[in-house]
Amino acid sequence: MTTSGVVYPYIPNSVPEVQREMLDSIGAASVDELFERIPGDVRLHGPLDLPPPLLSEAELHRCFTRILAKNATTNENISFLGGGCWNHYVPAICDEINQRSEFLTAYAGEPYEDHGRFQALFEYTSMMAELVDMDVVNVPTYDGAQAAATSIRMCSRITGRRRVLVAANVHPETQAVIRNYCHPDLSPEVVPIDPKTGCVDRAALRRAVTGETAAVYVENPSFFGTIDASTGAIAEIVRGAGALFVVGTDPSSLGLLTPPSRRGADITCGDIQPLGMHQYFGGGRGGFIATRDDPKFIREYPSRLFGIAPTAKGEWGFGDVAWERTSFADREHAKEYVGTAAALWGITAGVYLALMGPKGMRELGEGVFMRCRYLMDRMAAVPGVTLPFAATPHFKEFVVCFDGTGKTVDSINAALRDRGIFGGFRTEVTGGRECALYSVTEVLTQRDMDTCVAALRDIVA
Amino acid sequence: MGMDMTTKLRDFHQARWDEPIIFELTTPGERGVLVPEAPADVRRAGEKALAALPADMVRQEAPKLPEMGQMRVLKHYLRLSQENLGADLNIDIGQGTCTMKYSPKVNEILSRNSGIADIHPYQDESTVQGALEIVYELDRALRAISGMDAFSLQSGGGSQGLYAIISIIRAWVEHTGQLGRKDEIVTTIFSHPTNAAVAKLMGFRIITIYPGPDGRPDIEAFRAAVSDRTAALMITNPEDTGVYNHRIGEFTDLVHAHGGLCSYDQANLNGIIGVTRALESGFDLCFFNLHKTFSAPHGCGGPGSGVVGVRSSLRRFLPVPLVEKDEATGRYYLDYDLPNSVGKIKNFHGNIHAMLKALAWIRALGADGLREVARVAVLNNNYMFRNVLKIRGASAPYAPGEHRMEQVRYSWQTMKRETGVTTSDVQNRMFDFGVHYWTSHEPWVVPEPFTIEPTESYSKQELDEFLAITAEIAREAYETPEVVRSAPHRSTVHHIDHSYFDDEKKWAITWRMYRKKFDDYFVAK
Amino acid sequence: MKTVGLIVNPIAGMGGSVGLKGTDGMSVLRQAIERGATPRSQSRTAVALAGLSPLRDVVRIVTFPGDMGENAARAAGFSPEVLLKDEIDPTTTTRNDTIRAAGAILRRGVDLLLFAGGDGTARDICGVVGTDVVSLGIPAGVKIHSAVFGCSPRESGDVARQFLEDPATATRASEVMDIDEELFREGSVQARLHGFLCVPYVRQRVQGLKAGSALSEESVQRTIAGYVVRELMEPETLYVIGPGTTTMALKDRLGLDGTLLGVDAALGGKMTGKDLTEARLLDLCDAYKRRKLVMTPIGGQGFLFGRGNQQISARVLRFFDPSDLLVLCTPAKLCALEGSPMLVDTGDPGIDAKYSGYIRCVTGNGQYAMYRVR
Repeated sequence: MTTSGVVYPYIPNSVPEVQREMLDSIGAASVDELFERIPGDVRLHGPLDLPPPLLSEAELHRCFTRILAKNATTNENISFLGGGCWNHYVPAICDEINQRSEFLTAYAGEPYEDHGRFQALFEYTSMMAELVDMDVVNVPTYDGAQAAATSIRMCSRITGRRRVLVAANVHPETQAVIRNYCHPDLSPEVVPIDPKTGCVDRAALRRAVTGETAAVYVENPSFFGTIDASTGAIAEIVRGAGALFVVGTDPSSLGLLTPPSRRGADITCGDIQPLGMHQYFGGGRGGFIATRDDPKFIREYPSRLFGIAPTAKGEWGFGDVAWERTSFADREHAKEYVGTAAALWGITAGVYLALMGPKGMRELGEGVFMRCRYLMDRMAAVPGVTLPFAATPHFKEFVVCFDGTGKTVDSINAALRDRGIFGGFRTEVTGGRECALYSVTEVLTQRDMDTCVAALRDIVA
Repeated sequence: MGMDMTTKLRDFHQARWDEPIIFELTTPGERGVLVPEAPADVRRAGEKALAALPADMVRQEAPKLPEMGQMRVLKHYLRLSQENLGADLNIDIGQGTCTMKYSPKVNEILSRNSGIADIHPYQDESTVQGALEIVYELDRALRAISGMDAFSLQSGGGSQGLYAIISIIRAWVEHTGQLGRKDEIVTTIFSHPTNAAVAKLMGFRIITIYPGPDGRPDIEAFRAAVSDRTAALMITNPEDTGVYNHRIGEFTDLVHAHGGLCSYDQANLNGIIGVTRALESGFDLCFFNLHKTFSAPHGCGGPGSGVVGVRSSLRRFLPVPLVEKDEATGRYYLDYDLPNSVGKIKNFHGNIHAMLKALAWIRALGADGLREVARVAVLNNNYMFRNVLKIRGASAPYAPGEHRMEQVRYSWQTMKRETGVTTSDVQNRMFDFGVHYWTSHEPWVVPEPFTIEPTESYSKQELDEFLAITAEIAREAYETPEVVRSAPHRSTVHHIDHSYFDDEKKWAITWRMYRKKFDDYFVAK
Repeated sequence: MKTVGLIVNPIAGMGGSVGLKGTDGMSVLRQAIERGATPRSQSRTAVALAGLSPLRDVVRIVTFPGDMGENAARAAGFSPEVLLKDEIDPTTTTRNDTIRAAGAILRRGVDLLLFAGGDGTARDICGVVGTDVVSLGIPAGVKIHSAVFGCSPRESGDVARQFLEDPATATRASEVMDIDEELFREGSVQARLHGFLCVPYVRQRVQGLKAGSALSEESVQRTIAGYVVRELMEPETLYVIGPGTTTMALKDRLGLDGTLLGVDAALGGKMTGKDLTEARLLDLCDAYKRRKLVMTPIGGQGFLFGRGNQQISARVLRFFDPSDLLVLCTPAKLCALEGSPMLVDTGDPGIDAKYSGYIRCVTGNGQYAMYRVR
């Protein structure tokens, strides 16, 4: 009955006898008859133009394993690539949990049948709230860039204003997402950074903020890895104009660094990739948005918020909080949307935070911070290599300028690749031509870093 | 012989671990994992820098995370997982429109491969040829399936895919000098509400068409709605009713005659894959969810992937980058050279693991297999259709006597009128038999709705079991309605007090909010 | 302990079975009895109360003697508190007794008022309690045009139970309509909007990820009003605004002290006329060159003109074109029409034809529906 005579393992009812029996029950002569409402002129005549199938699982597995073998991984090489996606270690239990059939293949079950999902995500948001020191955290949105863009729109709704300021040291891809997401009714403008420190130019910010400004968005640590000591002062400028302060942050820094909420942030947002997600070519992402327990903010979340409630028999029950966001509805009905985003990664980040605990997060923050400083010191000593913002404290990543070496980033990276090293990626920095962003995580050993520095000395010599 | 599920119903009970909130499990000092220590030289450099950090930049109070040994963390989450019901465990055909099909395990194994999990998006193209090949080959397969000329695979879910579509439509309006002239989107009430939501986000007016008596969008209303102001039609077909709109060509022709674009929401392609394509129906853009038709798992609500296909004239508006192949060298590369690109919809390249799973699924089936997916999805659905209508109190509005495509929106209106039992009551009772069931989104065009989409993944035996459960609940509704009304009876938890979700004084969105507001068990402070 | 008020109109529904259209007025009642009518409000009340019987221990019923509620409550196993025991003779009840009973309930204070009857009963109760008491009708009368009744007695019981059990259940103002029985018996339908009762509104808590937030009717109405004021209203234009909760949201948004049941007019955000009669509307339309008409369909049948807003007569409508008409309607209300068109019945076939066809109806912020009018 199937055109090819194959019984497909994924299609139990491709068995001809079963199909016959079902057709009889329907009262149809053939499966084709069921499609009779599709007119001939919109039908596809002939098979889809696809490669021949890999019918057995063995063939399929072999084919794809070979495709994947063409990739060189950050396990086999020493990687200094970062910029929003990092090679942190993923504890085995994170993968064990997110590969459980019950979580992996569930979707939109109700609190009664999918109690586990509700509890796991409530716990995730609760642990994130502790980490970022805020009261409210959403069920994850797509990624950190989306979280930033959504936070900005929330601010616009809360303040009723339409101007948005974004620091120049925000990740360029995040800036692009914000530009597109705010279009056409909000207009993001870029606030320059001080070329000496790599941090926001406060004088320029003061000039740019007006009574029309809805939100100021900065990242701390920034895309360049700089940590801004003056976040509190920036917050005062923002508040002075009646605007809201949104700070994007790297959650892996928060065991060590003071959370943005303690330094004036009204909304803290970011990406949970560092908390137990593999890099997945940039795919293992989820965005968090954190605020205080203030209905003014809570009612503007377009994401789902899970709350805890009593049950008839004294259990922990869960459900969607403020499902109907009334003020949100009043002003901008359906202004934003929720949908399938990154729930499984939220559960995973919860597992990660439970495994790490307060001590683990502190050690992680310190370990990354110290490795970063060590590698900066070693790199700065390579002839011709300069570090534009070296005097500023850094977390995880830093900009390296190769202009003094006479070499391009591309050529240096090609030579590093030959030595099994993924050098930092090319990045645009005012005043430098051949610059790259180098990144470290806790998986790098001293030897890894020394190997890289030695290779660089060799390459630029 | 196994158990005959048409006569004997499963004596199911959902797992019930009475699991505490993770914060209640903390034991100070316990560790789940250890972090690699910084070596001595690193410490020397680092500690000096640490000491130089201004005091207000260093966190003073450690985050109040749980402290637990490794196995305790594992056990906690395994218990929570058991209190969840995934497609792998139930006959997941009650969440119609969402295409809860089988996600093959071999694809999961492949997605754990370090060659996909441990690669960075900014690696040199030469080191990620395998990843680029997956993107490129999936793009090619999707082109064949849709008839479109180029795909962006960047969006991380369905809504984001529709958002990419509307971004492209908006960019087209702007770059063709039609800003201010084309400012309306026409859609239908049975198209996914996100179509209207994203269109509004981009500043368009939305005109919605309601169904005519046959359940298909009222074509006269459509004629009245389309004008030179129409930027685009955003429509789905078949709609949630499972009724195929055979006049779809007239819809797209009319929009084209007024200079507008036609966008096909094919989040769910399952009933027509390999049978009819976006191209032949006259569409300029289309959209698929890889986590529906193409078998990537739903993951409790993501990560998914919403992919967007366009005709060649619209390629220049797609998000960057696209993956192309240099035929001379056989090398794959990233193409950022799209003059009117909408920029980025999502960081980096999208959800590669979902792409891998979708491509592997397509390759496992091939052209004939994909067609068989549609054939069996439609066969299964019409089998269910016939048999659900035999159940007392159930009905299906529109298009009587016609076969349906991949799903049907049914109604319990009769049952509700006769017994007071609502679709929500039925939903709660379905859980007692270990199956999932969804009531459909608002507004309820069909009263007391439920939507069954059996896909190609479930065997006749399973469909019969689902039918038997539904029939049993209908019988209960008429004979012992209290049993249905007070369900679920075999769930993890009992009736949840919903007042805690809408009252600002009572809601607790995190554990710290709960601790701030309550002592003991919900005793207000 | 929750308290439920119960008022049964013992004679409701008697006319219908014998071909009379309602039992308003003693002579009609006598006629009905002569034709052999039997009361059905007792049995219908019993069905509804059966839905409440699981709450027997936690709900106290406050009602009136005999067939006005006491009998039905006792039959359902409740021990009711009976008011006006010596003042009402349950064997010869009239409208006046319903009104007195409603007054007693208002003074006594209850969590929910259940009443069994038809449009006339709803109208009498509405006149006393307005939206101050949460009320719900058990359909027992002949005329059921008001949106304050359950679809069936069973549903009334179910909704009541849910309202009592779940404190988070929403309420909304719903229309009380009544048809002039005298005219109705002569074959002419003249439904009037008499007022609004505050009824429990059992809405699905749609948990599905797919939908985004589901909004209450009130917030959608506010959203529509906000959109109309921000983006559609023009200066120096007279806006004639019809009755209904959706248009009331617009009146509120404009800061007008508007009427829920009446037709008001506004210009530049200021009231130019309140609760206008046909004559005053004609004067106003004559006085202003630029004018628009803002309407919402009334009642369950979706009347745009001709029911509940007769002030806007065919003569008034001659001052307008369909392009001057702004129809506001929530998607839920459109869906409730179940595909039937909105209706125009002004008594003037020319005007009816002029307003028939397809109209754009505002359903949200920048959201419209293209919908048929007949």
